[in-house]
Amino acid sequence: MTNNLTPEESRQKLDKIFSDLTRSLKIKDELARFWIFILAMFTIVGLWGWMHQMRIGLGITGMRDYVSWGMYIGNFVFFVAVSLIGLLISSILHLLKFDWGQPISRVAETVAIAAIALAGLVIVMDMGRPDRFLNIFLHGRFASPIVWDVTVITTYVTISALLFFIPLIPDVAMLRDRLGDDVPILQKKLYAILSLGWKGNARQFEIVTHTVRILLVLIIPVGLSIHTVTSWLFASTLRAGWDSTIFGPYFVTGAFVAGSAAVILVMYVYRLRYDLDEYFTNKSFDMMGKLLVLMCLVYFYFNINEFLVPGYKMRLAEGVHLRELFTGRWSTLFWVVQIFGVIIPILLPLLRYFRRPLPLTLIAFLTLVASWFKRFIIVVPTLEHPYLPIQNVPENFVHYSPTAPEIMITLLPFFASAIIITMLAKLFPVITIWEYAEKQGIDKKYLLEEPEK
Amino acid sequence: MDNHNTRRNFLKTAGLALGCLGLAMPERVFGSGGKVLDADGDTITLLTPGGQLVKVEKSKLKPAEMPSLTENQKRGREGLPNRSWVMVIDLSKCRNARKCMAACQAHHQLRPEQHHMNTLQMQDAEHTAPYYMPKNCMHCDNPPCTKVCPVNATFKRSDGIVLIDNERCIGCRFCIAACPYSARVFNWFEPRDAEKYKDVTYNIEANVPQKKGTISKCLFSADLLRVGKLPSCVSACPNGVYWFGDQNEDAVTNGTTKETTSFSKLIRDNAGYTLMKELGTKPRVYYLPPKNRAFPFEGEIQKHE
Repeated sequence: MTNNLTPEESRQKLDKIFSDLTRSLKIKDELARFWIFILAMFTIVGLWGWMHQMRIGLGITGMRDYVSWGMYIGNFVFFVAVSLIGLLISSILHLLKFDWGQPISRVAETVAIAAIALAGLVIVMDMGRPDRFLNIFLHGRFASPIVWDVTVITTYVTISALLFFIPLIPDVAMLRDRLGDDVPILQKKLYAILSLGWKGNARQFEIVTHTVRILLVLIIPVGLSIHTVTSWLFASTLRAGWDSTIFGPYFVTGAFVAGSAAVILVMYVYRLRYDLDEYFTNKSFDMMGKLLVLMCLVYFYFNINEFLVPGYKMRLAEGVHLRELFTGRWSTLFWVVQIFGVIIPILLPLLRYFRRPLPLTLIAFLTLVASWFKRFIIVVPTLEHPYLPIQNVPENFVHYSPTAPEIMITLLPFFASAIIITMLAKLFPVITIWEYAEKQGIDKKYLLEEPEK
Repeated sequence: MDNHNTRRNFLKTAGLALGCLGLAMPERVFGSGGKVLDADGDTITLLTPGGQLVKVEKSKLKPAEMPSLTENQKRGREGLPNRSWVMVIDLSKCRNARKCMAACQAHHQLRPEQHHMNTLQMQDAEHTAPYYMPKNCMHCDNPPCTKVCPVNATFKRSDGIVLIDNERCIGCRFCIAACPYSARVFNWFEPRDAEKYKDVTYNIEANVPQKKGTISKCLFSADLLRVGKLPSCVSACPNGVYWFGDQNEDAVTNGTTKETTSFSKLIRDNAGYTLMKELGTKPRVYYLPPKNRAFPFEGEIQKHE
């Protein structure tokens, strides 16, 4: 930074940044309590649904022998997809030195952690025998893509958690030293423990910067793997509609679309709720809007490849599948998803007006919803059209329609991830304070000083 | 597998068979001729392995030792030595009697909507003649299902059978997604007669008792093969559709006529083929084309929408 601040200016500026960014921690937040209460209630309803499912069997869902994967698997793919944004924003943007990504990187990591943690739960909820979950480790068979998925997801969770925690240490030390009686004593204790005795000397900062840099490089192959392997759960079968060689990149780019949308949404809520207009600026939204357009353009390209090439040939089984998507039973959902999940987020944010915070957030919301249904439409229609005819079974085996308990269980991870994101925002600053202060030209030596009373 | 062989195998394993079957399903033992020759009042006439007829008091009868679950699972994974089971389904003989489906459901304790063996009404192209096609697990030599199983709960045995261990299956249903023949079913609810069989030791070679939350499918009645009998569906067919046997011996036996013939000759003379060979799964179930049909196709072909 070139602008030279006087010590007095630095201290004042840091005090303001600190007080702005810790507002979420300090305010007596009845609304947040109510919000968490409501979320917890819905989560409990979902858990009750799951208990019911474990007692009766997976038959309480709309899934049957032919459509044997339904909303749960779609949900799993969605949550894995959203978690990939941690990789894009905190790693790729950072390594390419896009400065505007810095204030957003903790938002991205928060979303990533919440999403990937819940993805793990979702896949267990889809199991017929969750009580035998440990068999994957006891009898794991390495030829199965599920084993690869478990391996890379566990690694991704670990790296994401470290990427959230390590840059947090200097911040937590500031919270430990600067926060007074405005937070509960237990919370102060937590900060004292998590700061790991941080003193803020140059050597410590060097270690943090160095470690984070290694993690940022490591997370790229791991992140790409989680979603590529997830796509192989489908692409490794012989089914028409899944048997595709571009499923890996198709899923990864789709994940960046869904993740960008989720981050825009969370950013907007933080900005509004905690008065952070100066931090999540109009420029942040402007740039996120451009990022969304770019990702959607790449995704659009993969969509064309995925549908046009087999659609040109219309081979027997693929032809049946594509006809169902384009003009048949699934056509309404298919076109709505393509328009709101790909076309609109390309066209509208091209105009500056739609990259302003509120319009962009509305577009992001629609894109996120469309992204969920996109996963649904990747999973279900293919299974409705096996190679051999579906005969001698009841009507509900032929077409899939989800049941009420199934929908409750599907919604559970949304509420639970919202709880995780809210709790993290109530415990830790939503932007990395020390990095942000450094960008503003404030020397590190002021960070651990006692604030002026 | 000729009749003599069947009989000798039976004699060798009679005790074990009686034990296994007796414990699991007594009505089958007493219902099928050959083993219990006469039963009146308090005594029962049995055939010993030495070929003698003996009278035994019913009260003295004890079930033979069932192999323990672990032993059953271990034995079930290995397969019968030097065997290579094949099935031939003659489509020109099928008249949709569905005796195979019923026998299969009875043997494997399946619910009415669960089919290890399913007789489909097929029509290959718009103007081609429709026909009936019994379809079970193809017991592929390159099985797409066993590859994807994360816990090795479904596996390929040395005798060619693709089997499932329901005590290990985690119910992820990846194998259902992977199977192009829709051969696999899932226990979405508590299985049929779960209460009745809750104390019965699980038999990996018949998938019985069925287990909630796990996969099931055709196993070529591996438990019956072990005691030298033909699979349930094969013996139940009234129309001579099924041939079953050992490829190593190049011999298959018709389930209805009990006639034994050369497998390779049967396939050669009748232009035998396998389903969806282009997928490279290498099925062990062969079909003979529906040519010179013994019965007319009745009914209406279901539109596949």
